[in-house]
Amino acid sequence: MSSTFFTASPHWRWLILAYFFFGGLAAGSYFLATLLDLFGKDRRLVRLGYLIAFPVVCLCGLLLTVDLGRPLRFWHMLVQSETFYPMLKTYSPMSSGAWALLGFGACAFLSFVAVLAERGWLRWPALRRLSTPSAVGRLVTAIGTFRALYVAGYTGVLLAVSNRPIWADTTLLGVTFLISAASTSAALLILLGGWGGVTGDSMHALERFDRAVLVLELLAIAALIVSLGRVAMVWRNGWGVLLVAMVVGGIAFPLVMGARASVRGSLAPVLVLAGGLVLRAVIIFSSDGLP
Amino acid sequence: MAEAMGFFTDTTVCIGCKACEVACKEWNQLPAANGGVRTLSGDSYDNTRHLDGIHWRHVKFIEQFSADRQGRWLMMSDNCKHCVHAGCLEVCPTGAIIRTEFDTVDIQSDACNGCRDCIGACPFGVIGINPVSGTAQKCTLCYDRLKGGLEPACSKACPTRSINFGTIADLKQMAQARLGTLHRAGETGAFLYGADDRTLGGLNSFYLLVDAPEVYGLPPDPKLPSRNLKSSAIWSVVGSVALALTALVSFRNRGSRDV
Repeated sequence: MSSTFFTASPHWRWLILAYFFFGGLAAGSYFLATLLDLFGKDRRLVRLGYLIAFPVVCLCGLLLTVDLGRPLRFWHMLVQSETFYPMLKTYSPMSSGAWALLGFGACAFLSFVAVLAERGWLRWPALRRLSTPSAVGRLVTAIGTFRALYVAGYTGVLLAVSNRPIWADTTLLGVTFLISAASTSAALLILLGGWGGVTGDSMHALERFDRAVLVLELLAIAALIVSLGRVAMVWRNGWGVLLVAMVVGGIAFPLVMGARASVRGSLAPVLVLAGGLVLRAVIIFSSDGLP
Repeated sequence: MAEAMGFFTDTTVCIGCKACEVACKEWNQLPAANGGVRTLSGDSYDNTRHLDGIHWRHVKFIEQFSADRQGRWLMMSDNCKHCVHAGCLEVCPTGAIIRTEFDTVDIQSDACNGCRDCIGACPFGVIGINPVSGTAQKCTLCYDRLKGGLEPACSKACPTRSINFGTIADLKQMAQARLGTLHRAGETGAFLYGADDRTLGGLNSFYLLVDAPEVYGLPPDPKLPSRNLKSSAIWSVVGSVALALTALVSFRNRGSRDV
């Protein structure tokens, strides 16, 4: 039996599930907005990505704070409470993740403000320089995109750098969550962009991306199960059933639907989003339930 | 730094009196579980069941009985192992978990914010949240008593000298002597768990056991959480590159494919 079965659960539950899901969406939306911008795609999708990222990353900070045993001490993650020196352990994913979230939040804020200025909702034209094609804008989005990738992936690494069953029995949770963040964010942009009347080449590009990423996600989940080895046997219960349902309903079905142009609609992206949530729920709760 | 201090727990002389549990709770002013309402495990005389934020000592009762009622009771007073390479200390993002001058591992309650990263990182599952403080807590090896030149409350209270407190060097000698005695007496299954530096650099609270570690609820091969860090990070970077390439292929201009 793996030595991970002799440990205690940190009881990270609904708030952390919500954080993992929304953190992935905030980071993925930012990443996609930057790349759509880089390839000159529909400006409405670019703006949508940046408009999603900042409010959602704020929600993430709130979820993480509320989950603490002592919420008012949230700043202890960043500043040593006694000396007021910066607190950073590069080898602790939670510590580096807290800084990545702060840095990503700052970039998301700047890009968010730039979109408000671009749309004229903020009457301060100088703020438009925070977005492309200005050099400052390029710098902000470049830094923000790298931090977004960190935020999307570190949550899985955080689980792996523990001694809990399933989480610490594989090293593929980071990459799985990262890919899932991309697939769910593309689905969100397709869904909201579709409602906003975006069509044509940019939408097709996003759909192509989402299909390709869903294939990657399928491979990642398969590799994850293989890497767990005998520990994967703990999924011979309701959680395993839910995981299979996620793979069929949240990956395979949207892939098949997406290949048929005639049945495109809101259903496929909604299923992909639900799949991303269920995937994280299975990973978090199936381990929490073990001794 | 003062000399490294710790515990050597000889489980063969534990009688399951739980004096250590009580002494620990009294000295450290730990609250009752479940608001003081008595809860029974229902399948054992062990009603504490596990270590957590308000149980820093736990006497395990391992009832090994066969159908013909032949068997034995193994008892083991369990606590934080004060690992030389400690998983909890490694991941703690606030710096609340420190190594003291006695080479023990301590959680500073005024710095801890209750993120619970250490709970899942501990290879032995000894840490829990104390609902009174809202922070992660565990055995401190009575740091306050050590500072005052006293021995920890549990070992002081132990009536059979199952829990021995002292310098690590002395305890190792004592443990080897006891092991030799038991082996000569025919108890060949006896062995020391965590006395050498192969287990997380050495456990400053180590044990004499007479059955497999798993029987006592101890991991056979405890490891540090950071073992997964490098590989997880590399796979995430590979994933990031794959996503960027996918975006490159998907987003590059394919001419007018608009319908």
